[in-house]
Amino acid sequence: MAETLYEFQEALLSTDIMKARRILSETINLITFDQLIETVIVSALENIGKGWEKGEYALSQVYMSGRICEELVETLIPMGNRQKKPAPKMAIAMLNDYHALGKRIVYSTLRASGFDVLDYGRVSTEGLVQRICDDGIEVILISVLMFPSALHVKDVKDTLGKKVSNVKIVVGGAPFRLDRQLWKQVGADAVGYTASDAIDIIQSIAAGGS
Amino acid sequence: MDQKPINSLQRVLITLSHQEADRVPFFLLLTMHGAKELGISIRKYFSNAESVAKGQLLMRQKYRHDCLYNFFYASVEVEAWGGEVIYVDDGPPNAGAPFIRNHDDIARLSLPQVKDTPCLVKVLNATRIMKENVGDEVPIIGVVMSPFSLPVMQMGFPAYLELIYDEPQLFKQLMAINQDFCVEWANAQLQAGATAICYFDPVSSTTIIPRELYLKTGYPIAKSTISRIHGPTATHMASGRCLPIAEDIAQTGTAVLGVSAEEDIEDIKRMCSGKLTVLGNLNGIEMSGWNMEQTAASVKEVIAKAASGGGFILSDNHGEIPWQVQEDVLMTLSETVHTFGRYPIVREE
Repeated sequence: MAETLYEFQEALLSTDIMKARRILSETINLITFDQLIETVIVSALENIGKGWEKGEYALSQVYMSGRICEELVETLIPMGNRQKKPAPKMAIAMLNDYHALGKRIVYSTLRASGFDVLDYGRVSTEGLVQRICDDGIEVILISVLMFPSALHVKDVKDTLGKKVSNVKIVVGGAPFRLDRQLWKQVGADAVGYTASDAIDIIQSIAAGGS
Repeated sequence: MDQKPINSLQRVLITLSHQEADRVPFFLLLTMHGAKELGISIRKYFSNAESVAKGQLLMRQKYRHDCLYNFFYASVEVEAWGGEVIYVDDGPPNAGAPFIRNHDDIARLSLPQVKDTPCLVKVLNATRIMKENVGDEVPIIGVVMSPFSLPVMQMGFPAYLELIYDEPQLFKQLMAINQDFCVEWANAQLQAGATAICYFDPVSSTTIIPRELYLKTGYPIAKSTISRIHGPTATHMASGRCLPIAEDIAQTGTAVLGVSAEEDIEDIKRMCSGKLTVLGNLNGIEMSGWNMEQTAASVKEVIAKAASGGGFILSDNHGEIPWQVQEDVLMTLSETVHTFGRYPIVREE
């Protein structure tokens, strides 16, 4: 399986969707759908995300890999055979700014990995808090690019705290990469530097961690 | 031996020739802070050329740095194309929803005429006022978004990446019109009195695209755009990494490279030695939380790593110092450069 993983990962990095599709189509007969998602798709996305964090790969490769995987899961694995992972009810949003790339990458990665996640798009602090309350969200993933938007996570935390007490806030985006203490200052419960970090954080929360 | 004092422009020119001047030149790339100086809101500050020119002149007088910066905010170019700009009280005006919503919109784009576009004319007027005040003593840094990076604001990042990978003809079409705009905009700023143009090109950084893709896209676009700009340019990665493409960037005709805080400036300096002057790389985001000791230590560290031999201008890593950075931090930054940035650099044990 290591060879399959390597080849699939290379296909993703070179945005060769035909090759990626062929690899999955051949492998799908050898293992279960769950195994395919875990050992090939999620592993490849994790490796690529970690490679970006180390400066080995570029964000465009991370984005295109997530998009390809999302599409392949949708088309290759029948809906009825997809086991949704047990996870808290979660949503993802861009706070205030219009830079959607980070949010899109995390969204694609989570969906390709078998998680259900609501996409709130771009929201204001008040709008976000309202939707979290209305939908009974347990984990909110907030993506930002602009530094002021990162600082406004604190407003989300404070406003949310007046209405509900058990919502976990997970943040990500450039300001949090450039200042590794910032997530604590704005009152987030966790920070992700790559899309695969988001998977680990969600799994940890699902298992009772923070 | 008595040394005749040199002015900021002379200091910068010496470092650009990869020699040591009297001290390390430093560019405080301040934009919104001018509003604080004038005691007005960010929106009011950017509403007229006089405020911005006055703010720049006051800030240079206060912090004794080596440039004036005509940069209003990145989304001024979006405004020029008819897009929406959103003002906030605690940061730069931000680009609103992308105005290229589908591929057909690319064919319908019409090139903004710089001299007929009020938001750009405002920047040119601010540049002229600055030039009237400082003449040839202080470099005035003009700004353009590269044709290759502008589409992030024109159409949104995900759609733009998909265009690069999936739609080569449309990508080429968008680059052609963006390039014409970029060249006209850069040359208008030079004509108004800008000394050099900062060519912001974060999408070319290896944080965003791999080197192989850069060599097919951002690199040839930079090379041909820069060749049409009638003055010196500085390429800025706006926090993106660039070490693997530093030698390629040197081939685009640019003179300066603005680098990320995520890379070791010593490595970058070594790579750029004799080819590019390095601009950077104080971490602007962290700077907003620094105390005086951290500020002085950070400045000293960057100077120790990168200043020897010239070819270095101290600055932040992003090209726009956050609104949240306090005056006493900027003052300490300046005093540290003036005290510890004198050549020859003495490395503290």
